[in-house]
Amino acid sequence: MDNDEENLVFQLQLARQLVEHLEAGNSNDAANVIRQLRIPYERELFDELGKLTRDLHEALNSFRGDSRLSELTRDEIPDAKERLNYVVTMTEQATHRTLNALDEAMPVAESLHERSQQLVGHWQRFRRRELSVEEFREFARALDVFFDAVGEDTERLRNLMSEVMMAQDFQDLTGQIIRRVIRLVHEVEENLVGLIRLSSARMDTKATKSVVTHDAEVASSHGPIVPNTHDVTADVVSGQDDVDALLSSLGF
Amino acid sequence: MKILIVDDFSTMRRIIKNLLRELGFNNTMEADDGSTALPMLKGGGFDFLVTDWNMPNMEGIDLLRAVRADPALKNLPVLMVTAEAKRDQIVEAAQAGVNGYIVKPFTAETLKEKIDKIFERIDG
Repeated sequence: MDNDEENLVFQLQLARQLVEHLEAGNSNDAANVIRQLRIPYERELFDELGKLTRDLHEALNSFRGDSRLSELTRDEIPDAKERLNYVVTMTEQATHRTLNALDEAMPVAESLHERSQQLVGHWQRFRRRELSVEEFREFARALDVFFDAVGEDTERLRNLMSEVMMAQDFQDLTGQIIRRVIRLVHEVEENLVGLIRLSSARMDTKATKSVVTHDAEVASSHGPIVPNTHDVTADVVSGQDDVDALLSSLGF
Repeated sequence: MKILIVDDFSTMRRIIKNLLRELGFNNTMEADDGSTALPMLKGGGFDFLVTDWNMPNMEGIDLLRAVRADPALKNLPVLMVTAEAKRDQIVEAAQAGVNGYIVKPFTAETLKEKIDKIFERIDG
């Protein structure tokens, strides 16, 4: 406050001098006073400019130093491509597994249907008492064969339907992999937006901060292991047998 | 026997539900992550928990810890069925008190074997 008042008194003094000099026609002295009046404003302008320059310098430095962008382009994007390739492979395998099971099941179902239709024909003739003894014996033998086959074939169909069901487990696994890639795409997007903000004329200190924040999600889970990615460096089990061995070594 | 199946993918919940039905367990319920599962478990009546690990909001490992920390639930058998395959994660789950651990993709036989083993231990 005191400082402000002093400044005000000083400025008022200078203003009076300026009027005096101008009235006296002392243009040199008047120009001198005007310069003195300007000094504090110029200092403020230079201070502000200096601060802006420093901010820009720091923002560029922090972007270069901490930026995830180079890491993302160097490691994670090729990694994500491998993950998506793996998704293509897995979905292809699941589709083949499903179609193979159906290829096997369809003829079984068709044959069951045909044989039962034939027997229905014989059965109706039997009900109408049109079968000879010899024909009846043959029909009874055919029925025996059919009953055996029905048990086997329906069991086979049940197994194939289970196979179709289990083939659908790809959706969970590929879903987890795709979600991971979506998180990466989101992170790249954020970094690119930050880069655009940095390079645009409207410097905003808040914007520079968001450049270096990356997904702070600290999940303990990782998702399915994908071949040909960073996952292979992790210490992972190769399958259920490996899990069982590890657990039994822990006293399970 | 009432079983709760927890997985964020409805496809996987259906697969596990179907497999359990084939094994003769018809009384199952579903939850899509730990935070919806825990109140259901606390509501009581469940004899067995099958849970995934990688889920939004509350992960399977945290659900397992919450179950073990709850006096009413601490003895509930928990089977983890997950794609998480790191050795230290399996050790972590074992230390948190899991009763069985199955890595995805898994087979119907594996599920049956692990469930049988869990109940053999409990009965024995």
